[in-house]
Amino acid sequence: MSLLAEPLVAILLTGMLVGTSAALLGSFLVLRGNSMLADAISHSILFGIAVAWLLSGQTSGPVQIAGAALSGVLAVFLIETLTRTRRLRDDAATGLVFPALFSAGVVLINVTARDVHLDEHTVLLGEVGFVWLDTVTVAGVELPRAMLATGVMLLLDAAFVLAFYKALKLATFDPDLARALGLAPGIIFYAHLALVSGTAVAAFDAVGVVLFITFVVVPPATAYLLTRRLLPMIVLAMLIAALSAPLGYALAIALNVSIGGSMALANGPFLLLAYGWRRWRQQRHSARAMATQSGSPSA
Amino acid sequence: MPALLTDYTLQTVLLGAVLIGVISGVLGSFAVLRRQSLLGDTLSHAALPGVCIGFMVAGARDLGSIMGGALVTAVAAALMTVAITRHTRLKMDAGLAATLSLGFALGVVLLTWIQSRGGAAQAGLDSFLFGQAAATTRADLYPMLGLVGISLLGVVVLWKPLKLMTFDPTFAAVAGLPVHRLEALLTAMIALAVVTGLQMVGVVLMTAMVIAPGAAARQWCGSLLGMVVLSAVLGAVAGAVGGLASALAPGLSTGPLIVLTATLIALISLLVAPHRGLIPQWYRQRRRRQSTSTDRILGTLYELAREHDDWRYRVEQGAVDAYHGMVTEPQLVALAERGLVTPVDHLPDEGPHWQLTEAGVDHAAAREARQRGRRRSRS
Repeated sequence: MSLLAEPLVAILLTGMLVGTSAALLGSFLVLRGNSMLADAISHSILFGIAVAWLLSGQTSGPVQIAGAALSGVLAVFLIETLTRTRRLRDDAATGLVFPALFSAGVVLINVTARDVHLDEHTVLLGEVGFVWLDTVTVAGVELPRAMLATGVMLLLDAAFVLAFYKALKLATFDPDLARALGLAPGIIFYAHLALVSGTAVAAFDAVGVVLFITFVVVPPATAYLLTRRLLPMIVLAMLIAALSAPLGYALAIALNVSIGGSMALANGPFLLLAYGWRRWRQQRHSARAMATQSGSPSA
Repeated sequence: MPALLTDYTLQTVLLGAVLIGVISGVLGSFAVLRRQSLLGDTLSHAALPGVCIGFMVAGARDLGSIMGGALVTAVAAALMTVAITRHTRLKMDAGLAATLSLGFALGVVLLTWIQSRGGAAQAGLDSFLFGQAAATTRADLYPMLGLVGISLLGVVVLWKPLKLMTFDPTFAAVAGLPVHRLEALLTAMIALAVVTGLQMVGVVLMTAMVIAPGAAARQWCGSLLGMVVLSAVLGAVAGAVGGLASALAPGLSTGPLIVLTATLIALISLLVAPHRGLIPQWYRQRRRRQSTSTDRILGTLYELAREHDDWRYRVEQGAVDAYHGMVTEPQLVALAERGLVTPVDHLPDEGPHWQLTEAGVDHAAAREARQRGRRRSRS
């Protein structure tokens, strides 16, 4: 057995790969005020996973991941279309589309895949603890399938962000200017969300779809409380996500609970700490402002 | 079917589903109008740890304490969201998504913790994820009925301030209403609705029950009262249909079936509702476009005839096309069918020609007089 297929290494590395790729893409979602799209996408891919499974009998593999990721993009497209009819606000459109796709996925699985390893609980909660059981051999190295999938997605995500960094930054902070400069923020937006979907699909059997949202939103939100600059924010977010995986693993072993769940939960203390630090600074700041005001009334 | 309706389990399921539909329909109307639809999503995901805590406190699958626990953690999550967004630069979406996902993660950890400690009684907790109608007992209906009663009473008592706050929060604040406290109360009532549905619809999908009936009712009604009542009815229908379907087809989770029914109702409403519906709107637009363009083309023929001082003036179709910048043949044919214009003979080297009929002259003159009258009344 290769080192990468050792249970401990496999679990930790897969968790860290999921976390860092989610945090990388999530930074732009949080900054753009679109965090709930992560929620919509990661619920909607259940439909794609069910359809891909029905058609091919498998949930892993590049074609299945790409196919299932399409349903995340479909969800975003449906939300935008519904919003554009001006009959629903975007929040209601979001809340209408993703539960419907998720429900359709659950019913499909109920009807066709009963008693098979694909069931809605796995998709919802995942089990990173078992990733080392399902391995593939690439270039003579035996490594877990989930690690391979999430690793490839991290490379793709990083390549996308590096290649389009300027355009992404502009599309995030000033979509109008980006449009005026011919940078097609709409296409960047969809490409970005397609990658979010793909990463969610690759991650689903490790951490499950709902826990994936934690890694997309919480580390970037935490980092944004600590810095206003984009690059440090992304690096910090990825760092927090990478730290949460081993922390959560330790917690899970100590309490004998879901590893994916506690890896996601481990992001929580970081957010609380950052929030506390912000509040403390605010209060100190306002206290000092009051002191200077009352100290020099003539100035 | 009558035999089915007297079936004890089925009656229970039906009653429970109708209760859920009514309460989420009523409170969802406010959430949809106040652009807070996704609050329901956070509330329901964050109810999962409360379900587990309620179970641990009671030591058994007691719906009363489970609902109590769910209510506490759901409201705590809402308060956390408000704290995060009010005191930091994070926006609402990030606050909602963060508390939603962390709350759910905590719920999963607690759920697996209970499961790892064994005992047969905890087996039922899984059903709170996707809802299991069959797990509902007659005794479960009482806490649900209590929650529905409390929140309906709350809506009736607070009707006026809630209405004001929904349509004009700024004015409500100026008028001296305790807006923050009312908002907190409304959130707590939405949490009550979410908690009511946990057992049958599940934490993952309860959000849709808060949104879909309200979104559907909004398409049919222009008044808050009408919308709230219709939303309650539509929610009840969705609950009954989905609940029945899952009771009749064991193996299918209840939550998804209820949600799919509710979504279908919302989609149908979006398409066919008389005023706001997309199909009636499309039809009205098409008819308006058709009638204006044929009338305008008739007007063109009329003006040309008047310029030439000849009511039988023959107008070349190509000239009308060029003037309107479009192919006008379909409109001319339509006018001919109404007997307002008529095709006339033309030389082979010319395009087709048209001529006003007697009725066409009258129609165009009347239209022109109407327009002149309108212009005069405006000035």
